[in-house]
Amino acid sequence: MINWNVILGIAKTHLLTKMKSTVTATLGVTFGIGSYITLVSFMTGLNTMLDDLVLNQTPHIHIYNEIRPSANQPVALYEDFKNAFNVIRSIKPKLSQKKIHNALPMLNYLKKQPNVHGATPQLRAQIFYLSGSMELGGNLTGVDIMEEVRLSNLRDNIVEGSPEALKNNENGILLGSGLAEKMSLSLGDRVQISTVSGNIFPLKIVGIYQSGIADVDNVQSFTNLKTVQRILGEAENYVTDINIKLTDITEAQSMADQLEKQFNVKAMGINEANAQFETGSNIRNLITYAVSITLLIVAGFGIYNILNMLIYEKMKDIAILKATGFSGTDVQLIFMAQAMIIGMAGGIMGLSIGFALSKIIDQAPFETEALPTITTYPVNYDPVYYIIGIIFALVSTFVAGYLPSKRAKKIDPVKIIRGT
Amino acid sequence: MEFILETKDVNKYFHKPKEFHVLKDISFGVKKGEFTAIMGKSGSGKSTLLYILSTMDTDYKGQLYLNHQLVTGKSQRELSQIRNKHIGFVFQFHYLLSEFSVLENVMLPAKKLGERSPAEIERNAQQKLEMLHIGHLAHQRASRISGGEKQRVAIARALINDPTILMGDEPTGNLDSHNSENVFNIFKKLKEEQGLSLLVVTHDEDFAKRTDRIIQMEDGRIITY
Repeated sequence: MINWNVILGIAKTHLLTKMKSTVTATLGVTFGIGSYITLVSFMTGLNTMLDDLVLNQTPHIHIYNEIRPSANQPVALYEDFKNAFNVIRSIKPKLSQKKIHNALPMLNYLKKQPNVHGATPQLRAQIFYLSGSMELGGNLTGVDIMEEVRLSNLRDNIVEGSPEALKNNENGILLGSGLAEKMSLSLGDRVQISTVSGNIFPLKIVGIYQSGIADVDNVQSFTNLKTVQRILGEAENYVTDINIKLTDITEAQSMADQLEKQFNVKAMGINEANAQFETGSNIRNLITYAVSITLLIVAGFGIYNILNMLIYEKMKDIAILKATGFSGTDVQLIFMAQAMIIGMAGGIMGLSIGFALSKIIDQAPFETEALPTITTYPVNYDPVYYIIGIIFALVSTFVAGYLPSKRAKKIDPVKIIRGT
Repeated sequence: MEFILETKDVNKYFHKPKEFHVLKDISFGVKKGEFTAIMGKSGSGKSTLLYILSTMDTDYKGQLYLNHQLVTGKSQRELSQIRNKHIGFVFQFHYLLSEFSVLENVMLPAKKLGERSPAEIERNAQQKLEMLHIGHLAHQRASRISGGEKQRVAIARALINDPTILMGDEPTGNLDSHNSENVFNIFKKLKEEQGLSLLVVTHDEDFAKRTDRIIQMEDGRIITY
């Protein structure tokens, strides 16, 4: 039979009469939680932005025909040398076509898979951009533009013009921003391109593409799949790459392995392509958590100290409470209640301050050539961090309050009253 | 007449700083409505005995009965309930919670007991204060009143749950003669009007002489009963 009204009443009186200590302890929690929220929102915001920068440009699974030497050299088929140790010099890659066999049926198959969000065909061609007598080497990728826009952040990277303009123009091109600058071309101009075999085609610039990665923007342009097929003089089933977006990115590797076996093509999962990238973001997350936990522990020690002092000051009160019939548990609850009130108040204030600071950071201008679509610092408002914040505030104040309150529980009233 | 508080063969040892036999075979009882004083020199063990009787000290051998119930060996939780309901305690140094108002100090044990409604408790507390002529102080902070007033507030607090017995550890030890007289009269009145049992440890001979019965202690034994 614990009488919460009485216990909370005493806790409240203690907190209100020791306003200075209460405020100090509460502010400790507030700053701990506030900086945790700010830091985590900002850091994860940046992380997500950096991840997206690379990941959105990378398909979850990339299917293509890899140029490599044949694994089974003809000598292996020759019966007489079966048990011999064969040395072959100067192996050349196997002569095969760049296009994917049966690309269109494969696309149809992929689109029907339940875990596939979308699959798009691409045709990548090596070409030259002609500017007067200059020839600039580069890539021209033929895409199903509306599907690409649906599945990736391509639209964000089109800084001038629009994907719709490309869709509506058979001879349109989305020119890389680096190329446009080099050749002094802008929206609406014409650019001449030349294939490796020497055929020259004029294309109209319907958009400027800027990925933010200079090496890409200096060589890469996009046009419709059909346009590239026509330029190269190939049939409509000529596709060199298939990009797949999955509904669940974690299935990428297993599905890639399966596709490789099923279709005898090279299929690369996103983890294989960006292994070092994941390591980077994991380490950044680790740093964020290390700093946040340090802040929260410091706040926890502040509460521990203040409660310890409070209990030391209140020794006589504790003795009286026990003498007049309050049990050790009652006394412990009185001090635990104080700790939890401080934790709750500090936690909520910390969340508010963290939210306010995040808002301010969110407004701060952040303009960089590399990221055309971003104008302010990215901030992540994921409520999960706010829930973690308040839980940590409560847990740390609970722990910080538990030890001193345990001591209060065990205080022997006779010793205090008799002064021994 | 029946004893409301009784001890049988209570022995107590201090272990620090060295082994010391403080109480030796204490067996006695307090009757209902009796005003008893325990006297003795410093170190005779009278306060130690009182704290055992108050159930706060549990480190002893022998048995303690309150209202014919064996108290010895009960858990701390049960003991604090017994203290709350059956024992009122008045200390030498008033010992009020200085941050609370006088009224709140008096009300706390009753709130802990939780047998009455808050409004009833408040009315009761106010009534106890009036009875001790300090009703006008009810809403003062406990730290703002004089020593004699504090002791009367402490008595009011001890009485709030209508205890079986009121214990005092030198309740007048820290007061001037006027206030001592005052406290004695209050005790006397409580005994006569309400039949309350009182057990008071004191040094004050004048105080002790006017009680019903004096228990003299020396070297951990009761010498006159």
